[in-house]
Amino acid sequence: MQRLFAVAVNTFRETLRDKILYNLVLFAVLLIGSSVLLGTLTIGEQARIVNDLGLAAINVVAVIIAIFVGIGLVSKEIERRTIYTLLARPITRAQFVLGKYLGLALVILVNIGIMFSMFLATVRLSGHPIHASLFQAVELILVEALLVMAFALLFSTFSSSILSATLTLGIYIIGHLTSDLRTIAETHASSAIKALTTTLYYAIPNLETLNIKGQSAAGISVDLGFQMTATIYGLLYTGLLLVGACLIFQRRDF
Amino acid sequence: MDAITVERVTKIYEPTWPWHRSSTVLSDVSLSVSKGEIFGFLGHNGAGKTTTMKILLGLLRPSSGTVDVLGAPAGDVATHSKLGYLPEAPYFYDYLTAEEFLEFYGKLAGMSRDAIQSRIPTLLEQVGLQEAQRRQLRKFSKGMLQRIGLAQALIQDPELVVLDEPMSGLDPMGRKEVRDLILNLREQGKTVFFSTHILSDVEMVCDRVGILAKGKMLALGKVEDLVDAHLAQSIEVVCDGVIGKQIEPVRRLALRILQSGTRCLMVLPGHECLDEILEALRRAGAKLVSIIPHKGSLEELFVQKSHGEG
Repeated sequence: MQRLFAVAVNTFRETLRDKILYNLVLFAVLLIGSSVLLGTLTIGEQARIVNDLGLAAINVVAVIIAIFVGIGLVSKEIERRTIYTLLARPITRAQFVLGKYLGLALVILVNIGIMFSMFLATVRLSGHPIHASLFQAVELILVEALLVMAFALLFSTFSSSILSATLTLGIYIIGHLTSDLRTIAETHASSAIKALTTTLYYAIPNLETLNIKGQSAAGISVDLGFQMTATIYGLLYTGLLLVGACLIFQRRDF
Repeated sequence: MDAITVERVTKIYEPTWPWHRSSTVLSDVSLSVSKGEIFGFLGHNGAGKTTTMKILLGLLRPSSGTVDVLGAPAGDVATHSKLGYLPEAPYFYDYLTAEEFLEFYGKLAGMSRDAIQSRIPTLLEQVGLQEAQRRQLRKFSKGMLQRIGLAQALIQDPELVVLDEPMSGLDPMGRKEVRDLILNLREQGKTVFFSTHILSDVEMVCDRVGILAKGKMLALGKVEDLVDAHLAQSIEVVCDGVIGKQIEPVRRLALRILQSGTRCLMVLPGHECLDEILEALRRAGAKLVSIIPHKGSLEELFVQKSHGEG
């Protein structure tokens, strides 16, 4: 475990020392700030606008970090050849993959934590109430980011950075449209399209399950049972993807 | 006991696409390195040296053959706690300071915090980087990166050190320091397996060498034995007062004749013809200046072997 944590801490430090991350936080600050501005221009719905834009900003930044830093977790180590000296140490390939994942998960957790604190401060300073639903929404944003990051890591164990980014982005978009896939599967006449959309529906996680930003922004909490199920669903999916990433990485030549 | 045993290893890269051809980078390579030995691995760029090293470390799997490192199959993770590796032209995490970098590799090697903290200053002094302890690696020169790479390879005081081109990127002083460091490792009873194409380094520090070309092991053994066995020993004779080309035995037997005024330098193929030549020179009234046996060098052997393969 010491070795796994050593890799995780190093990944955390690497990402924090990367200036891209600060730009993303700045982006979030601007979005949250603009939400306040937009809120003042709206009659009656100020609180909702502030909540909506704030949660969306946190979500976008978390997903961008998950995809674009996630795809580089393993591929950067291979491209820079730092992987050689790492794997020449008494560390298993699975420990390496999980350590990298854990390190970035920590980065995302800290970033979401900072952004959410800034967001709550914004809500409070705007004179609006802080609903428990906001905490629920941000928890599922974190789960979604962890899931998307696992996809990015999985793809980066066997493909180039560009392909990994494209595939992960594709999964993210389709993941938010899975209900449409089901509708297509039910209504389309072509059996080939039916088979394809049905396969995609079952293979790709339903990311809309993790999206409760709309109702949270309105101050409506979701049932705790739903929250738990959605969290377990996301984390189980993440676990499966990490197992896949470890298995693929285990077989790779460098 | 052998620290490394490579038996009939072949590595073939299978094509990704059916229309590509497979490429054989190692072909039936065998070698062994005893414990406490310094083994030099020679070969041109692309000869297969790095591939062999990657196989030793489990970074690549051989297509056929067996590889044992410190008594366990190559790639055995537990064995890695007893070995250190420096890759060719290393690139490290440039956002880390030298101290943080060595701390990270110490943790990966399973060392305790105290052990790491006491080891870092010693190592940095050993590689001449004590001044750069708190400097980020992004501010390091190529030579400094090579040195910090060596330091990470030695962090846990390993039994076996695998170094891929450890002298590349270093100035003459740096190369001497690395040579001394390798010799120092031998004094400590460590095994060193290193690749290079700087032959003078090999002659100075290696107990044994292996010459690899196009994935095939062409020669293996002690430098002197290889040179004696593969290269004929020529003799250089210098004399005054004769024109070499006018003496029949000289014209017939000498490999090369250089004339400068009445001074003649001739290179003879070996001891066998020396008596006949000396007799002919004496009869011609020559005054003998010197007879120097010319020993073949590793460089000649390397060129001969590489060209023979090419």
